[in-house]
Parts: sequence; structure tokens; C-alpha cells
Amino acid sequence: MEPNTRSTGRLPAAFLTPGSSSFMDFLGAHAPEMLPGNRRLPEGIVEAPHGTTIVAVTFPGGVVLAGDRRATMGNMIAQRDIEKVFPADEYSAVGIAGTAGLAVEMVKLFQLELEHFEKVEGATLSLEGKANRLSTMIRSNLGMAMQGLAVVPLFAGYDEAKEKGRIFSYDVTGGRSEEHGYAATGSGSIFARGSMKKLYRPDLSEEQATTLVVQALYDAADDDSATGGPDLYRHIYPIVTVITDEGFRRLDEDESQELARKVTDRRLQEPDGPRAALL
Amino acid sequence: MSTPFYVSPQQAMADRAEYARKGIARGRSLVVLQYADGIVFVGENPSRALHKFSEIYDRIGFAAAGKYNEYENLRIGGVRYADLRGYTYDRDDVTARGLANVYAQTLGTIFSSAGEKPYEVELVVAEVGATAAGDQIYRLPHDGSIVDEHGSVAVGGNAEQISTYLDQRHQDGMSLPDALKLAVQALSSQANGADKAIPAERLEVAVLDRTRSQQRKFKRIRGRQLARLLEADVPAAVQADAVSNDEASEDDAE
Repeated sequence: MEPNTRSTGRLPAAFLTPGSSSFMDFLGAHAPEMLPGNRRLPEGIVEAPHGTTIVAVTFPGGVVLAGDRRATMGNMIAQRDIEKVFPADEYSAVGIAGTAGLAVEMVKLFQLELEHFEKVEGATLSLEGKANRLSTMIRSNLGMAMQGLAVVPLFAGYDEAKEKGRIFSYDVTGGRSEEHGYAATGSGSIFARGSMKKLYRPDLSEEQATTLVVQALYDAADDDSATGGPDLYRHIYPIVTVITDEGFRRLDEDESQELARKVTDRRLQEPDGPRAALL
Repeated sequence: MSTPFYVSPQQAMADRAEYARKGIARGRSLVVLQYADGIVFVGENPSRALHKFSEIYDRIGFAAAGKYNEYENLRIGGVRYADLRGYTYDRDDVTARGLANVYAQTLGTIFSSAGEKPYEVELVVAEVGATAAGDQIYRLPHDGSIVDEHGSVAVGGNAEQISTYLDQRHQDGMSLPDALKLAVQALSSQANGADKAIPAERLEVAVLDRTRSQQRKFKRIRGRQLARLLEADVPAAVQADAVSNDEASEDDAE
């Protein structure tokens, strides 16, 4: 059965054969060369732009996922306004750190996988189901990861069954773990996590949660050269997304500018940001 | 060895067409209408889970009358075709025209190959455009022919009668409640002249709404929202509009 997608002829038999509701399974059976995991790996190390820091924090009623805008290649800034946080579907989002090209491709396939399932089955996957699907995709990228082209996403969504926001983090082997409260991934994640650890409270409002992630990204950019802070001169601000029972929403340009300004204005007086109590 | 009876190609095709038509006629009819903000699909369907309408891709919807397992098969084939195409190229490269062509080829090949049973299905593939002028509706009968429709289309058993009813009353730029009510009236008017009301819980309704902010424009309308749209107590202004529209269309019909 050869792939016959370009011609407008009859649908190939594979298209009409009852099978799984997974787009990846269909691709694997019908056009395996199109699956990222099935590519033959060249020898050697490839230099490619890397995305840096993604942070997430839950609040009662939802979850916030945010990312900085910098992509680096070695010690060079490869891109100043890269987008690394994407909606996965109506109620979930994925933020990616690691090799940008592969990560964006993975997100595209992941979005399609969720959408395909939804269209075929007429129902959405559970949040766990979505998180597990992403796990499988990262695992299939292990060969690339061994050559330095790792993709390490952060997955966040609103769990309609449990009525709360949830965060899942991953390692390069596809190992998945649920994070409670807050999480970060990427080169600046150590600093972001430290920042969030001091600022996080379980009873944050949505507005406080969005401010918190911008503070964390600021702290990450402060100490990690690969993470970009808010670029007030070029009007490039972190991407902040909120997922609640009303679905996925990305803060628009004005809202993220407002947030970034508030945080940077405060840092003019206190460069290290808000202080936690000693005891 | 016995000689097989000779059957002329015309006769063979006519027989197959009759077989398919009879199968389709057993199913309930459904209608697809353009309204001001998009395209609405309306049909009688007692099942909550087995749909007659579904989303194929961002702006493309699918409706089918006839044998469930056969159109479900085609629907999934269409979803796979659209998703693969969008993944290979770009989301904008998935079009209703392309999809309708593939369906037409598929149905046509099955219909004219003597070894296969013809499909007992009639499909509609619709794509909502940025404006009403960009809307596309294709009707695909069992034999793989393809008809480019405008305004309203009905498929299934009483399709001809319903189409006539709709042609006389449908207007461009109708509001969603008006279009929905017209569709329900059309479906309720039976061949024998006796109207039977279809209760809201037996209706399956979906829209391709170009005003939706999401990339995916397909949306099912059910429960309270459907009841609200069907209820007569739409704002007085809209209602007055609807009445005058009705009168106007009846005038047109005479």
C-alpha cells in the first residue's frame, strides 16, 4: 500500500480500514517515514536552536503555563521572539524546552493526535490519556536525545473530571510525573523553581498566578544566560497562557505587557524581587 | 457449463443505482443550510452517540444519510485524509473541494466495479468560508457524482420533496434560529402531507460557525442551547424579521 495522498484519486484501502483512533498509529501503518521517531539518525552532533525555560503553576480553578521567548544556539541568541507555549487542545497546553525544531514538530503531531482522536471517537481523551500520549512521543525521540537533540516538554491542563488544573513534567526518556503546585523545565528551570518555591501558595488567584510565573521567568533570566527576560525595548514579553474550565486562553499583547511592566517596575526598586519571610 | 445471462451495462447500472437508492431511502433525511454566520446541519436522529454530522477539519463538516457503517467508514477515511494532508502540507491546504473529489472517486469506483456492493450512502461535504460567498456545499450521491450546491440541500429518503420545500423558502443571510426552524419544518413535512412534529431531543444539530474564535469552526448544538434556538421567544425584533421573511418567501413561492 503506497501512500496516495497527493493524487485526488480513490481513498487508499488503509484509509477505509477500521482501526485505531490514533493518528500516530495510522501514520505508523500507512506512512511510517513521516513519523519523527522513524527517521534514520545521522552520525555526529548537530547544532540547533534550543528553547529554554517553561514554568507552570496551578491555582484553584485552573493552571497557568508560561515561557520566555529566547532560543539559543551555543552562546548565541538564535531567536528573540520564539513561541514555546502552544495549546494542545481546548483544555490543555504544552510548553517545550530543548531542541526547538524537533519540539515544534512534536507539538504539531501531538495536537493532531488529540484532535484526530476527538474527531474519530466523538469524545476527548482524559487528561491522563493526553499526558501518556505525550510520554510515548518523547520516548520515540530518545535516539535523537542521545545525540543532544532532546525535547523536554511541560504539559498542563484542566482536568474536567477532577475539576482542577494539573501539571505533568517529563524527562528525556518519556518518564512522566505529576507535579503539584508548580513546575519548571529547561535551562533556567533551577532558578525559576527556586523563585516559585518562595512565592507559591495554594490559594493564589488567577491574576496572582500569572504574576508569579512572570516573576519566576524574570528570576530565571536573571541567572541563566540562555533565558530571555521581558524585552521592553522590542516589546517582546513572555507568553502566558491560562487554562480553566472555560478552556485555553493566551494573554494578549496588552495583558502580557502590563504584567511584564509591573514586575520590571518593582525590580527597579528591588532587583532581587519579592522577599519571603525568614521564618 | 452454463452460459451466464447477458445483462446490458445500462441495466446493470440501473439495478445497482436502484439498490443504492432504496437503501438510502430507508434512512431519515437531513438538511444542510447556509445561514448568515455559516452553515447549519439539521437531521432527525434518536441516537445521542451515533452521529450523522461530524467535523472533518477546521472549516469542513460532513453529513451523511444511508447505511451507518458505510458512511462512518467514509467519514473516518475523510478525517485521516484531511489530517494527513494538513500534517504533510499546511492546515490551509485541506479543502472541501479536495475532500469531495476523493469521496467522489471512492464512491464512483465502488459503484462501477462489478465485484463490490455499491455503497448505500449520500454525503454532504461543506466548508464555511470567511464570508457567505466563500461557503461551499457539495452533495455526493451513491454513484460518485458530485453536485455543487448553494443555499440549501437535502439528502436521504424524502430529499426531493424537502429540497423543493427549502428552495421555496430559504433565503441568503437568514439568522440561525430562522434557518433552524425552517430546516425542522422541512423535515417535518411528510410525503403523505401529514406533518409530524420532531421533538428537540430527537434532533441532531451542528453548525460550522465562521464567527467562532477557534480555528475549528464545527460545533454541536444540543440541550439548552438548542431549546433556546428553537423556542419562539427570540427577541421581538428578530421574531418580526422572521415573520416578514416567511411572508416574503411565501410570496416568492406563489
